[in-house]
Amino acid sequence: MSDPLAMPKPSAQLRAMLPGLLLIAPAILAIALLYVVPLVRSVVFAFVDADGGFTTAHLATALELYRRDVIFTVLVALASLCLIAVISIAIAGYLTLGATPWAVTVLRWLYRWPLFIPFIVAGQTARSFLARNGLLNSLLIDSGLMDPATAQSLLDWRGLVLTFAWKQVPFVTLLLAGAMASVDRSTVEAARNMGAGKLRCLIEILLPQVRGTLSVGLILSLVTIMSVLSVPMMLIAGNPTMMTSMMAHRVTYYGDYAVANALGLFSYLITVVAAFVYLRMTLAQQPENGR
Amino acid sequence: MKTTFVETAMSGARHLAAQVLPAIMIGLCAFVVFGPLVNLFMWAFAETWFFPARYPTEYGFDFWKRVFRPRAGAWTSLFASVWIALATVGLSMALAVPAGYALARLTLPARTLIMLIFLLPQAFPSLPIFVNIARMFYGLGLNGTYIGVVLVHSLPGLVYAVWIATAAFAAVDRTMEEAARNLGAGPMRTFQDITLPQAFPGLIAASIFVFLDSIDEFTGTFFVGTPDISTLPILMFNASMGGNYQIAAITALILLVPSIGFMLVIERFLKADVLSRIGR
Repeated sequence: MSDPLAMPKPSAQLRAMLPGLLLIAPAILAIALLYVVPLVRSVVFAFVDADGGFTTAHLATALELYRRDVIFTVLVALASLCLIAVISIAIAGYLTLGATPWAVTVLRWLYRWPLFIPFIVAGQTARSFLARNGLLNSLLIDSGLMDPATAQSLLDWRGLVLTFAWKQVPFVTLLLAGAMASVDRSTVEAARNMGAGKLRCLIEILLPQVRGTLSVGLILSLVTIMSVLSVPMMLIAGNPTMMTSMMAHRVTYYGDYAVANALGLFSYLITVVAAFVYLRMTLAQQPENGR
Repeated sequence: MKTTFVETAMSGARHLAAQVLPAIMIGLCAFVVFGPLVNLFMWAFAETWFFPARYPTEYGFDFWKRVFRPRAGAWTSLFASVWIALATVGLSMALAVPAGYALARLTLPARTLIMLIFLLPQAFPSLPIFVNIARMFYGLGLNGTYIGVVLVHSLPGLVYAVWIATAAFAAVDRTMEEAARNLGAGPMRTFQDITLPQAFPGLIAASIFVFLDSIDEFTGTFFVGTPDISTLPILMFNASMGGNYQIAAITALILLVPSIGFMLVIERFLKADVLSRIGR
């Protein structure tokens, strides 16, 4: 898209686009410099050696040193997404089908709170709440539900899963509840009249119709989980930990951008695989919808 | 007679269960949502809280005095955070308002592709991006400067701002613009008197999102700003990692003020008709 003024006879079509192009050009330039260029560099420098030649040594090093962290990251992400999906479906389902008006109102007010709490603050609350002598264990001990001797710290993969779920459940629930509210109520009413329970209505009627929204919410949550640096740094002291933490470690302690970029490439790949699974699912659904 | 009594008892029990079960569920949800936050409050006001004690042994404002004494790091970080956030809002909105107007109203080549470019930063993990921005900024001498931090905060800021601004302009009633043009108003006058006032609440909502995102931003500041620039999230992180939970909790509470405050007002600015147009 070269400058239309430089051309001898700018076509009328191009001239009609000129004001729009001029208005949007600064924003595009900014996103190119702040996003596209670093993105391309992050991929390219994962494959460039010290002399500027092509190499896969960084990828090999990253795999060799951080294989356990990569597997740990994938498992934590999967566990978090499962927990997020189950709780979000339950809350959104109750908001849509719940029969106790006051409970629906209170829940609608209640579930959103963590959405507005920064990740860094969520990390700090988890760090103090889930510790061995944290408030959670103290309350469990005082209520007689836990023996003080068996109290243990949850600041490992469990803490990560709980914190990610705590932060992301409101987001996915917000999307899901919105989608469920716009589903045609008559099918649900019909099923209710024929004696179907609420749980069955949720799983067999509502859920299939909002599956796309759920997948989008989960993929965006996955990207968030793969991007957050503060939570793993604050919750996990040793190894294995999340890849984000290891990338930061590689850069701040060794100034090794190449291996950090190789690890970054793996985090892109994990997201791409998730997006691919999502696309396969939507495509596989289509013939069914066309019936 | 007997059957009716049994029936009444059963319906009573069912009625009780219908009220008690939701109450238990709500209580559990409230504990999960507010439990960690209560813990934060306890740490913020705990004067002494050492291991064998399950709860603080002494409450007070001692650490608040330490955080807010003159020339303490918290003030520097607070001002740095607010200035960076305001500059990020200014830069992001200056770029996003024209872009949003063009995307919503004017003919553009490859409009879908342009929207996709503004979607990409949310679709991939951002940490490698921040790492490489930091490397580029290092070469340009921007690391550890306010300009560098504002620029790195503007990346997520610009994405939110363009999305919401586009939706806000798209929601403006086209017939009113046309009426103004028919009555002889020029394009600038129409934009200033008709389009802008109607899109204004949406643009305010966009600014609020950008401001919040910048205030809470950690990763970009961690790579580009430290150790020269300390925002509130960086201060909180350092205090927490240094084992100073009181300072960390107090800083966390300060960070919560804008977030919770905006949560309570955001619905006034972000109307449903704008919300439904985001991403289109």
